[in-house]
Amino acid sequence: MNSRDTILQRLRERSGGKLNQPECDFSVLERPSSSVAERVEQFQKIIESVHGEVHRCTPESWIAQLAGILSSRGARNLLIPAAHQIGQALRDSGRDDLPELLIYDEPVRSWQAHMFNEVDASITSTRGGIAETGSLILWPTPDEPRLMSLVPPIHVAVLEASGLYTTFHEAMRVQNWKSGMPTNALLISGPSKTADIEQTLAYGVHGPKELIVLVIE
Amino acid sequence: MTQAPHHTDVREFHPRARAAIADPKIRKNFRKAMDGLITKRKDAFEGWDLEALRDLGANIRLRALANLPDLLEQLEKKLTENGVKVHWAIDGDEACRIIRDICVARNAKTVIKGKSMVTEEMELNHYLDDHDIEALESDLGEYIVQLAGETPSHIIMPAIHKNTGEISELMHEKTGTDLSSDVEYLTASARQQLREKFMNADVGVSGVNFAVAETGTLCLVENEGNGRMTTTVPPCHIAVTGIEKVVGNLEDVVPLLALLTRSATGQHITTYFNMISGPRKPEELDGPEEVHLVLVDNGRSSIYQDDELLDTLRCIRCGACMNHCPVYTRVGGHTYGTTYPGPIGKILMPHLIGLDEGRHLPTASSLCGACGEVCPVKIPIPDLLVRLRQESVDGDKLNPAKVRGHGAKRGTLEALVWRGWSWMHARPGAYRLGTTVASRLRRLQPGKLGGWTRYRTAPKLAARTLHERMKERGQ
Amino acid sequence: MADPIKVYPPKPSHVYFYATCLVDMFYPDAGMAGIQLLEREGIRVIFPEDQTCCGQPAYTSGYHDEARAVARAQLDLFPEDWPIVVPSGSCGGMMRKHYPGLFRNTDQETKAAGIAARTWELTDFLLNVCHIKLEDLGEPTNVAMHTSCSARREMGIAEVGPRLIGQLNNVNLVEQVRAEECCGFGGTFAVRHPEISGAMVSEKVDTLTDTGAGAFVTTDCGCLMNIAGFAEKNQKPLSGQHILSFLWERTNPGKGDNS
Repeated sequence: MNSRDTILQRLRERSGGKLNQPECDFSVLERPSSSVAERVEQFQKIIESVHGEVHRCTPESWIAQLAGILSSRGARNLLIPAAHQIGQALRDSGRDDLPELLIYDEPVRSWQAHMFNEVDASITSTRGGIAETGSLILWPTPDEPRLMSLVPPIHVAVLEASGLYTTFHEAMRVQNWKSGMPTNALLISGPSKTADIEQTLAYGVHGPKELIVLVIE
Repeated sequence: MTQAPHHTDVREFHPRARAAIADPKIRKNFRKAMDGLITKRKDAFEGWDLEALRDLGANIRLRALANLPDLLEQLEKKLTENGVKVHWAIDGDEACRIIRDICVARNAKTVIKGKSMVTEEMELNHYLDDHDIEALESDLGEYIVQLAGETPSHIIMPAIHKNTGEISELMHEKTGTDLSSDVEYLTASARQQLREKFMNADVGVSGVNFAVAETGTLCLVENEGNGRMTTTVPPCHIAVTGIEKVVGNLEDVVPLLALLTRSATGQHITTYFNMISGPRKPEELDGPEEVHLVLVDNGRSSIYQDDELLDTLRCIRCGACMNHCPVYTRVGGHTYGTTYPGPIGKILMPHLIGLDEGRHLPTASSLCGACGEVCPVKIPIPDLLVRLRQESVDGDKLNPAKVRGHGAKRGTLEALVWRGWSWMHARPGAYRLGTTVASRLRRLQPGKLGGWTRYRTAPKLAARTLHERMKERGQ
Repeated sequence: MADPIKVYPPKPSHVYFYATCLVDMFYPDAGMAGIQLLEREGIRVIFPEDQTCCGQPAYTSGYHDEARAVARAQLDLFPEDWPIVVPSGSCGGMMRKHYPGLFRNTDQETKAAGIAARTWELTDFLLNVCHIKLEDLGEPTNVAMHTSCSARREMGIAEVGPRLIGQLNNVNLVEQVRAEECCGFGGTFAVRHPEISGAMVSEKVDTLTDTGAGAFVTTDCGCLMNIAGFAEKNQKPLSGQHILSFLWERTNPGKGDNS
């Protein structure tokens, strides 16, 4: 009998009594309903407390704000999505105060080294966010691959204010995650950090050192 | 204290404890760290109905355990549909072989690792090393511990026993960094060293925090980003988990995540919550082309047999128990000599290594209950410790012992002492006589009473027992 | 661990007093103080002569057959349906929380469960069943409260001692840091792991002396022997007393019946 069958048999033919199926009451997760403005405020407060950076924008202002932010960090380039309208808007903006716009549309092996060593910043869309934990929801796609929000030292994320949920449970339910999960789903709640050296916080260990959220209201 | 894992004798608990108690650096490092973690956890649960949340966590874990074999089959089915290859390992050795075989089939020479306690349990790094495959830890705490040739001293913060000075010296010696107490500099150096490794690793090995049967999803929590790197950059990802980590529904992870991060480090959420449901699809540009899951039994199905001991399997590996344990705080993680230290180690390890080798683990507790009070899934740890003590001495004919190595601690002398004690205390007349005599002879009481009087004066017998005084009163 | 919801009985006419072996042999004054406090509240205290020990030392050592034999001998001491009051969080905890499990699948299962359900720690009983009102007759003083782990986590009575002391107008209750941390007694733990226990009690004595109170009280004789014994051996300015002795002394005019 192989290991699989041995293990399953041991589990099924256990010697103890019948095991209860306790009721699971999820109501402890519920929060009172809140306005978009309240959710934005809660989101901002929490993500800023862990060194996330939040900029409130309008659909008309975000590109100019982005240009200012990237120039203040000395970013030489910006990795953008090829197809998403964020990428389109940036390319169509015709601004000369934006850094060099980069697009990857080939498999990772050909551009991985470049991304690791030469790319200063990236910008991605989000699938909303969670106010209670100060989190962004990302489902990477072929257009916005997984490494885009992980490798460059600066990650800029565009969050529609109306896309903020109060709790993770709410987001999961409203977006119906259980009906089909992507290859990779992520909650990102700040820049990369560690406290492994005598519990002293340090940022940018392996992931981005800066997480900048443009909240579009 | 450095211990090579192969050669640590778990039975040598007492000398290690004595050394740790006498070591001011260990005492200071652990006291400071634990105090911080205790406060952070408390603050993080502000505004929550913590008891209701713990109840939910406990019930979700119990429900999953009640359905464990079915959920494991469902998990396997969904993962396989998603393109993940699922393997089953009876024990740590088999799991190591499975991982090695995957590496060999891919001509893999380097493995980069995300944090995984179950791979520590099976000593995977040593096994791979013996088979000419380099395994490098990428979590900063694990990386530090690996540089030092040590094992983790805490399940969440592996290098918690080291202070900044010690880490600086270690990194200077092993990797050529400057001697600097600037944590930012040390972190940036480690980042640089490990970036290269991520890019060139053939295989990434990770643990799993929660495995969801409903959707075939593996969930991982982390702050650094090395977990995402490990599970995204190398062309092959191998996830390893104990069989008990599966939950039924996707929504089950929400309260468990809320409990885990707050209980472990006092965070509302970790920087990244990473949910993986398959390998790279043809149209995707990054991610591993091959994903494997290794399900490891290694004694868990034995624990599963017993209704009371089964509660051990609820554990979500948060570390709150050891953060609040007065024993752990004073002796540190290495004293236990086991993969898992602290209270969870004391109730889990006897099943993995036997009660013979683990003989000192169940007694190394004052049963204060601080651990059970903070456990996010309400494991009754003190009750399990008492149960394991009974198993250690075959102490209950009504409930015969069954844990591997049971009875190993039953000593003729101690058993006789308790037999005699029981004889006297079950007979009121004998008890009253014995205690009256003792009170009369109290001046002959020995001044030295072993371990007790090393630190304290001996307890003083009263001139007359309460029994005697009540009799005088006519009661 | 502790009962989620405690339902106290109404104040009874009689109670059984279960002294515990440590009170019987080492701190009978504390036991007498407890009895006198109950009698002063108008309750008749019945002291079953055949009481010995609750069985806890053998139980926590894993010798459950022996523990059961001794516990069995206690089960017949309380025939009437009166509350059983115990001057100890630890022994109270043994009876209330562990007797049912100890006698599961035996003939005494129901009887043990019944006894468990009417066991109360004495200070908890005084406060929440007798609704005792204490009048302080003593001189101003400071005191620290050491709540045992069993009182805190098994019996859920951490606030009882402070509330009783709070009724004493001339007593200032001071709190030590890390009050919730174990003192290191743990029964046989103190002799099986003496260095760890020694390190724990050493720190406990330090935090108590740091309050400046010079004295502490507790519901548990094990903790008392442990902390006071360490303080005495190491000449620390800290003395300890069972809380029942303390409460009786503060509220009883004249010498009373104790040290």
